Amino acid sequence: MIRYLLRRLLYAVPILLGVNLLTFCLFFMVNTPDDIARMHLGVKHVNHAAILNWEHSHGYDLPLFYNRHETSWHTLTDTLFVHKSLSMFTLHFGLSDDGRDIAREIRQRAGPSLSIALPAFIIGLGTNISLALMLVWMRAGLADRVGVIIAVALMSVSGLFYIIGGQFVIAHLWRWVPISGFVPGVDSWRFVLLPIAISVIAGIGNGMRWYRSIFLEEIGKDYVRTARAKGLDESRILFRHVLKNGMIPILTGAVAVLPLLFMGSLLTESFFGIPGLGSYVVDAIQSQDFAVVRAMVFIGSALYLIGLWLTDIAYGWVDPRVRLS
Amino acid sequence: MLRLFFLVLILLLTGCHQPVWNDPYPAAESGSNTLYLAFQERPKHLDPAIAYSTDAYEIIGQIVEPPLQYDYLKRPYTLIPLTLRDMPDIQYLDATGKPLTNDAPAAAIAQSIYTLHLTPGIFYQPHPAFARNRLGQYTYWPLTASAWRHLNRWQDFTHNGTQELTAADYVYAIKRLASPQTNCPILGIMSDNIVGMKRLAAKLAHDHPHPGVDEFIDLDHYTLRGVRQIDRYTLQIHLHGKYPQFSYWLAMPFFAPIPRVVDAFYHQPGMSAHNFTLDWHPVGTGPYQLTLMNPNWRMVLSRNPNFHHERYPNTGSTDDAARGLLRDAGKPLPFIDDIVFSLEKETIPYWNKFLQGYYDYSAISTDSFNQAIATDVKGNPHVTPALRNQGITLSTATLPVVSYTAFNMHDSTVGGNSMRARQLRQAISIAVNYEEFITIFLNGRGIPAQSPIPPGIFGYDDTPADINPVTYHLVDGHIERRPITDARRLLAEAGYPNGRDSQTGAPLVLYYDNTFTGPNAKAYVDWMVSQLARLNIQLISRSSDFNRFEDKIRHGTTQIFVGGWNADYPDPENFLALFYGPNSKLSSGGENDANYHNPAYDALFEQMKNMDNTPQRFAIIQQMVKILQQDAPWMFGYFPRQYVLRQAWIGPTKPMPIANNTIKYIHLNPALREQNRTRWNRPVIWPLVAIAIVLLLAGLSMWRIKRRRDERTAS
Repeated sequence: MIRYLLRRLLYAVPILLGVNLLTFCLFFMVNTPDDIARMHLGVKHVNHAAILNWEHSHGYDLPLFYNRHETSWHTLTDTLFVHKSLSMFTLHFGLSDDGRDIAREIRQRAGPSLSIALPAFIIGLGTNISLALMLVWMRAGLADRVGVIIAVALMSVSGLFYIIGGQFVIAHLWRWVPISGFVPGVDSWRFVLLPIAISVIAGIGNGMRWYRSIFLEEIGKDYVRTARAKGLDESRILFRHVLKNGMIPILTGAVAVLPLLFMGSLLTESFFGIPGLGSYVVDAIQSQDFAVVRAMVFIGSALYLIGLWLTDIAYGWVDPRVRLS
Repeated sequence: MLRLFFLVLILLLTGCHQPVWNDPYPAAESGSNTLYLAFQERPKHLDPAIAYSTDAYEIIGQIVEPPLQYDYLKRPYTLIPLTLRDMPDIQYLDATGKPLTNDAPAAAIAQSIYTLHLTPGIFYQPHPAFARNRLGQYTYWPLTASAWRHLNRWQDFTHNGTQELTAADYVYAIKRLASPQTNCPILGIMSDNIVGMKRLAAKLAHDHPHPGVDEFIDLDHYTLRGVRQIDRYTLQIHLHGKYPQFSYWLAMPFFAPIPRVVDAFYHQPGMSAHNFTLDWHPVGTGPYQLTLMNPNWRMVLSRNPNFHHERYPNTGSTDDAARGLLRDAGKPLPFIDDIVFSLEKETIPYWNKFLQGYYDYSAISTDSFNQAIATDVKGNPHVTPALRNQGITLSTATLPVVSYTAFNMHDSTVGGNSMRARQLRQAISIAVNYEEFITIFLNGRGIPAQSPIPPGIFGYDDTPADINPVTYHLVDGHIERRPITDARRLLAEAGYPNGRDSQTGAPLVLYYDNTFTGPNAKAYVDWMVSQLARLNIQLISRSSDFNRFEDKIRHGTTQIFVGGWNADYPDPENFLALFYGPNSKLSSGGENDANYHNPAYDALFEQMKNMDNTPQRFAIIQQMVKILQQDAPWMFGYFPRQYVLRQAWIGPTKPMPIANNTIKYIHLNPALREQNRTRWNRPVIWPLVAIAIVLLLAGLSMWRIKRRRDERTAS
């Protein structure tokens, strides 16, 4: 298993390199270093000398991939790609183009993002499983049919509607919690309550339907029939046997998402004024801050790979029939 | 789920011992003399030598102090001393260095000398850069590697100090504008005007070709020939020729003082990696200091305990007196203890929190306009009864901004000085109905522009004599846009009868460059297309991102394009320079986006730009405006009007769009705010009880179903 995991870890290197190269090409296909300088200096009274100076001081005055003014291997290493993109592999993210330390910024923003994403994920998982089991318990009845209809209805509603509607009803009309804002520490619960609740509710439709189908598939299997034949009651069958076996695809799916929770949610954080990572990369794209874009894409892709890696481990852990080799 | 709900219920009922549950601010701030504002995007820079945006100025304007400021109450906008004892002494010299009188012709003036006398006894805010130990050495400069073990957050700098503002600090700050480390956006314009600035910039770039972010470039080792310290409180700035607008630059943060020790403090190894930079922790002598700096969440300004004795203005107009603006005359500034800027990216939560009393001011988005503003029979805006009941008031001001649509004068169809092209531009200018645009897209928040000069700027004339005779005419004493038939006639005279080229018969197709994005983009474009369709002109929109749009303007490949200009200072030169031939974007990279060039206009501009605001200058401006109206290089568009809502507990304020340090004049009543917040935000309890009952009933039903099933299985 360890050899398998190490092999997967090595596979990650070319993938990350490819993602880095792709990000670099896409970014500089749309924006030239001149554009980036102009975006940072503004358009008023800025002359060409100021642009050159900005590019020089921020290291954007190098050629993209090949430096014909250099000799030997410096022709390839003294380039924007090596200086700006490959340095990511040393986990040295440097300063953003507006002069803030990216690693520090990520550390500062990760906490608020996780304070919503993690509880929303755990509570959402618990709620969806419970509701799905309930529907399976009452399967083929009126409650099951109504439950499925409600789930489809919940899935059909846009995520933005949940946020705006939730803010309007809970925070504006009923005035239970602040509409938006954040404070660090224990008192943050007042601010994260509504976004967590909305995230959970917005995910119920999808989750409940998916888990219901997983449990329904399980409930038709032979071991369930055997359990019934042995005289076990329905609830014990559901909670002891079906749940346990149904958890295999659920857990592996959940583990894959786990590392990405760190990246936060753009919409939720924007509407609730949460100073998280959700909007960091979008803001950076808008302000053409390549330093932040490259760092966040690198971290995002690395986390995704970690997620897949953890999924593999989880398979082996929850299902003894799976052996990693 | 049920357990979770009850947990939440208990938290809400027990945890919130406050009368309101939705207060987004810490309980300790309750009843404090704090102003609550919001910011939508974090400012890019707070270093006064780099920052050049309204959002940044809203913050640093309260922290740093350039030598001059605008009189808060006086109109037209008037400069007054801020850190100076009196207004700068300006002396003119000819080419031989001989003094000239103040009325000497601009052409004879080879150099202007501005002598600035500082007020003694002004001290900086408490700051770690100034902290000294018992031996008189700086506590945090230079920092040793071991010292960094205890320094992680800004609050870890436990020692603060101060020092007196001196002329040397202004000299140092002006030198910083030339530093390759600073990247000052106005270096180009200042290099053209301040003696020796260009040479200093070149010398610094030569000596420090690759300055590291933490490298300290000691500017005291460099000489700026045109700026020198005369004594502890006096400095002189030498300019090339005559440049009267320089006084306005002296009221902008670019000229705020920076002591050498502050520059040295921030340029130590490890500082930038901790985000301890002048860009994020500005230092000044202003009424406030930045005490909390998290640009992703919250920025807090607190009263500077060392602030010098500035007082509220004693004089104002009778209108000011009637509006209560002189109630605080002579009182020491500032009135408010703290200013909290909170991140609020979206307009919906911002607006709702304003209605709940958690923001003290609010702009009005298009979404909430009808909820906020009602118009009376005369067309005057008022707050709606619902808002009036909350005590919310509206203040409006015309911004020193012009929003226009320009023709590229280098374009073969719409550009050039031929009669055909001019008539085509004039016809289009009549057809594009900006009154309609203002009504549809701005909810009436704009004034159709007759010229590029906005109200409040010298040269603006709102008498009928000032109307643009090409696009407007007087009907019963009222200004009205010319009928579309006039535009059609002009179009026919231009050789495009009914929108077709009279020689080839081909339809006239024009291109409209813009950067419109978002939900209204299509509506804007459709509206513009419909305006030209009235002349049977086909308008094709070429929307592009900001970079491509700017690129097209720089290379002169646009035809008709959108633009806007926000005044740097309240002088007509700032707007009329946008048409000055040598400023052409295509030929010189200047601010003349339309690439307009008219020798007669240029001659008048050169004559006008260095004049004082006299009737002669006014007459020249009128001539220039008439030329522009006839040549029509722009559709002048509109001047935006700012609508700001203010809570009842905020004292009377006067809109001052040109200045950025006006928070010190605001006062508020925290007790009234607390009372209103409590009244407006009582939580509604019954839905909690109702949800609890529903969940209980659901649980009970489930239990009953289970029991019934168990019984059935057993039997």
